[in-house]
Amino acid sequence: MTLANPGDTSVARLAGISLRYGKTLALEAIDLEIPAGRMVGLIGPDGVGKSSLLALISGARMVQQGQVEVLGGDMRAARHRHRVCPAIAYMPQGLGKNLYPALSVEDNLRFFGRLFGHNALERRRRIDELTKATGLHAFLDRPAGKLSGGMKQKLGLCCALIHDPDMLILDEPTTGVDPLARTQFWSMIDRIRKARPGMSVMVATAYMEEAERFDWLVAMDAGRILATGSPKELHERTGTATLEAAFIALLPEEKKRGHRAVVVPPFADGEDVAIEARGLTMRFGDFTAVDHVNFRILRGEIFGFLGSNGSGKTTTMKMLTGLLPPSEGEAWLFGQKVDARDIATRRRVGYMSQAFSLYSELSVEQNLVLHARLFSVPESAIPSRVSELLARFGLDGVPDAMPDQLPLGMRQRLSLAVALVHAPELLILDEPTSGVDPVARDAFWQFLVDLSRTDKVTIFISTHFMNEAERCDRISLMHDGRVLASDAPGEIVKKRGAKTLEEAFIAYLLDADPVDAEANVETTTQVPVSPISAADLAMPKQPHVRHHGFSFARAFSYTLRETLELRRDPVRLVMALFGSLILMLIMGYGITMDVNDLSYAVLDRDQTTLSQNYALNLSGSRYFVERPPLTDYADLDRRMRSGELSLAIEIPTGFGRDVQRGTPVQIGAWIDGAMPQRAETVQGYVQGMHQSWLIETAKTRFGQDISVGAASIETRFRYNPDVKSLPAMVPAVIPMLLLMIPAMLSALSVVREKELGSIINLYVTPVTRSEFLIGKQLPYIVLAMLNFLLMSLLAVTLFDVPVKGSFMTLLLATLIYVIFSTGFGLFASTFTRSQIAAMFFAMIGTMLPAIQFAGMINPVSSLEGVGKMIGKIYPATHYITISRGVFSKALGFADLQASFVPMLLAALVILGLSIALLKKQEK
Amino acid sequence: MSRASNIYRLGIKELWSLVRDPIMLVLIAYSFTFQVYIAATAMPEGLSKVPIAIVDEDDSPLSARITSALHPPQFMPPQRVSLTEVDAGLDAGLYTFSLNIPPNFQRDVLAGRAPAIQLNVDATRMSQAFTGSGYIEQIVMGEINEFVQRYRGSAAPPVDLALRVRFNPALTRAWFGSLMEIINNVTMLSIVLAGAALIREREHGTIEHLLVMPVTPCEIMLGKIWSMGLVVLLATSFSLQFIVQGALNVPIEGSVALFLAVATLHLFVTTSMGIFMATLARNMPQFGLLIILVLLPMQMLSGGSTPRESMPVLAQNMMEVAPTTHFVSAAQAILYRGAGFDVVWPQILALTVIGLVFFIAALIHFRKSISQMA
Repeated sequence: MTLANPGDTSVARLAGISLRYGKTLALEAIDLEIPAGRMVGLIGPDGVGKSSLLALISGARMVQQGQVEVLGGDMRAARHRHRVCPAIAYMPQGLGKNLYPALSVEDNLRFFGRLFGHNALERRRRIDELTKATGLHAFLDRPAGKLSGGMKQKLGLCCALIHDPDMLILDEPTTGVDPLARTQFWSMIDRIRKARPGMSVMVATAYMEEAERFDWLVAMDAGRILATGSPKELHERTGTATLEAAFIALLPEEKKRGHRAVVVPPFADGEDVAIEARGLTMRFGDFTAVDHVNFRILRGEIFGFLGSNGSGKTTTMKMLTGLLPPSEGEAWLFGQKVDARDIATRRRVGYMSQAFSLYSELSVEQNLVLHARLFSVPESAIPSRVSELLARFGLDGVPDAMPDQLPLGMRQRLSLAVALVHAPELLILDEPTSGVDPVARDAFWQFLVDLSRTDKVTIFISTHFMNEAERCDRISLMHDGRVLASDAPGEIVKKRGAKTLEEAFIAYLLDADPVDAEANVETTTQVPVSPISAADLAMPKQPHVRHHGFSFARAFSYTLRETLELRRDPVRLVMALFGSLILMLIMGYGITMDVNDLSYAVLDRDQTTLSQNYALNLSGSRYFVERPPLTDYADLDRRMRSGELSLAIEIPTGFGRDVQRGTPVQIGAWIDGAMPQRAETVQGYVQGMHQSWLIETAKTRFGQDISVGAASIETRFRYNPDVKSLPAMVPAVIPMLLLMIPAMLSALSVVREKELGSIINLYVTPVTRSEFLIGKQLPYIVLAMLNFLLMSLLAVTLFDVPVKGSFMTLLLATLIYVIFSTGFGLFASTFTRSQIAAMFFAMIGTMLPAIQFAGMINPVSSLEGVGKMIGKIYPATHYITISRGVFSKALGFADLQASFVPMLLAALVILGLSIALLKKQEK
Repeated sequence: MSRASNIYRLGIKELWSLVRDPIMLVLIAYSFTFQVYIAATAMPEGLSKVPIAIVDEDDSPLSARITSALHPPQFMPPQRVSLTEVDAGLDAGLYTFSLNIPPNFQRDVLAGRAPAIQLNVDATRMSQAFTGSGYIEQIVMGEINEFVQRYRGSAAPPVDLALRVRFNPALTRAWFGSLMEIINNVTMLSIVLAGAALIREREHGTIEHLLVMPVTPCEIMLGKIWSMGLVVLLATSFSLQFIVQGALNVPIEGSVALFLAVATLHLFVTTSMGIFMATLARNMPQFGLLIILVLLPMQMLSGGSTPRESMPVLAQNMMEVAPTTHFVSAAQAILYRGAGFDVVWPQILALTVIGLVFFIAALIHFRKSISQMA
């Protein structure tokens, strides 16, 4: 190990690395030098820091303490990270975490190809080569979300390999992948390594048998390194034959205790049938996922379900739990027909689904307690039950941890513990041990065996581990929705004349599906025969396109990705485009500023012709609608309180007489002040009406014309002479909709990647923050512009609101404005972590300012306080000015240019802020 | 028995997930405190600070009298402009009104020739345009009449109009604005919280887990309804107590308890609506759009921003099915007019019916949407 020239011998060097998540210490003072050009394995139980180490080396996670040097540079320096990240490929833990489920296989690959600057021809070649080599070529059009687990992992690998990395980092790549696919996966890696001998590969794995074939191993435990060396060296050092044994020998004394080999006592046949299925069939459209499956499982039996990914195991289990109603056939649990509404049976069943499905917002202990309570475990028994399970599944050290902070294996254990919390009589476990380390797996199996043999718990389990399948009393082999064989594991091996269960399994697959299976086996076992040879894979190493500035190609890659996702979700598109038109229609017609049809009633205590004449004066007005007369004050009070009356008039007794005599008399008017604006208008109307009545009365009754003489006021309503609501509202509604809808769409686009995990691509690919954000923003800008054109069209045609001024000016203003509104959405999603928070922020950040502070109803100049300040700088204000100017006032750019500046400024500021606040590494 | 406890547990779980999202908590706190305050104080007090321009071509004592009658707080000090500047100023939105007093105005008035003053109104300025023009007419005519009366006596009948404004005598806008803002928040937040809670469970696969447990969809829904409703209700009471009555000094006429009871009922409706919408939407972006589509009309047309009776009949009828319409009307009656149960029972009845319809619709649609996502 020459430290002087590390580039030759080591690909990464770590010195004094420590990492903390809150109070938990994940890595403790690690010093490690990883040799170059080798296949390096990280082995160890769950939660010892394997993933954290890989994330640090890949640059996805921020270095807290110590030094990480990768490919000859310091990973703490952003410059270096940016320089080397095209040379590093990182595949995170979890099935298809870096993939986009709505996009097809092809689109996912193209997306990554574009990120690394490949042109169309180059992309085509690489995609074809990689997918042919992995057997994905036939599925190029299938959405990634619909692939089976094994295929997802292969696709993840293809995406990682598309740019010829010098260093490939794989975090538990074969977890949850069936044995066949797993062998294929590794032989593919072998071929790639042959083709590119210089490439270093780092793999974290919990499968010890896989690790046997690696060149160099790092054994880890509790955030420290136990030993390093080749598998052979480790065997020699510990004097053991298998790696699993070697690892256990390396563990500190106190951890070894409690581990013993699993022994399964023979199953004593019973009569009780726990599960029975007859002709169980499930069709999704014209695809048959499960095809007439029959089985009978006895009480206390351990029944294994084997089969490749996507063979229908999960679907069958879901039908048994009642989650999916079968298309055909029937199933019984404990003699009861499976019925989704049967609560009593559910209490007797424990189910663990394949995907992690616990509450990530509840701690480990809270999850257990919640489930215990929902299953009505007696309150007094809960604490002991929970602590027992925590201890048994090795979770007693982390009761307060959030599941998201836990490694995959520990999350799996938690899911198991949850499925067991109510001591069910039947356990339905869908690949419960995927990603769980060997020691914990054995402990878990021991637990299952005890449950089955002592407590007569029936266990229905699916697995990819052959040694687990061998422990079952009986197994079923499933393929393509059908059960190929069902018997005791030993019988199956015997029947096929095979040496191992795995051999028998593959033999059955060959019988069932000769062409497909053969092709699969071929690629896995005979490397050079596959359509793609090693030489093909040795692509000419293209110089990495290293943009130091802004790369349009990478930004565009995100644009396309976003566009594709939008196109695959037509409902969203339709809602965004036509929803806004509907809103415009509703609000354009509905909102009126003209106050009329106000209800009033009269309390006429006089009942003379004169008093009736006064009341008549009001009812003739278009502003007022008369309600039945008031009888007394109590009536007046009640009807005003209920909001029925906006105005009540009281005419006193002797009114007619007093007017005739010339005695001063007073008419009372009560106005409902609950809505101040309406009340003000009413005040004005009443006063006006009173005046005109006075004039009228003077003229008709006393023959005096008092209206002559003074002056008159000619009021001209400019821009909207007929005072119609639509021409006034439409230019104001458009800005409101162009703010809220684009902001909402773009807000969810970023935070969604955070919540669902694909944000990792920002961390580990060469894309910069500005490319990421602007790339994502672009499709929403286009969508918003389209939306604007549609709304304008609707305004001109259906609403008959003409565009009087320069449309080009409005178009330019709209462009700047939607850059702001989509930018505001991005801003909302940079600092929030959940979609719900981003959504809420986008709403409160747009709705109130747009409706109240932007001058839609009250001009900004007459607002007060903070609202006025917001209104002055808020772009909607200026856009409304421009929109009204162009629509109603026939103005052009020269008249409105002053409003462009603040809008442009705001758009730039919000974009800058978003870019500055977005993180390029996980903290 | 276990039913009630399941609903309780499921609700507690929702509360925990909210607690674990500190940014969301901050946003909720902001929307019920600062935002209410800002929205309430931003509303101009009646007609206030109206920008107006005067073209005085007469320059007489009468025209000066008119000019000085238009003063703060209702009006900004009038800007004196020339006839040629008027159009540009209106175009740029510098002022909402321009008053044009023609040459020889005073002489013509006194001579009984009844000259005309021209009032130009920027009709795009909605509310100010309508309330303001009436107001200006009155002021101007009043000034002229008074001026004239010094020369001639009046013979109008001695009938006086005593105007009394009930419930908010000074027509303080903050009273109205603050409460309407709270009501808007209540609706928005409860729909977002309840609906998003369901979509999140679907996107994270946890709903599947719930459905294999001895828990019914009805319990799952009720768990979300009570917990999210409670959060909003607490925020509302806090805001009412400390922001509206405290910081803004708004007197509340009626019973706060009755208001909160109606708010609880309203929350039942809106959370059910949120869940119903979440069962329609297949992912969060769709849900986000759906919220805007539903919330905007509900907010603008429920009578919380402009009077309902002035809207077109079609809009009024359509809004009868929106819970906000009834909630706004009941809330205004209780809080401003001190109405009791005897007055607001029709609204309570309407809310109950709408709530049940949405709840049942959501429940029916709930199972369907789950098999869709599988």
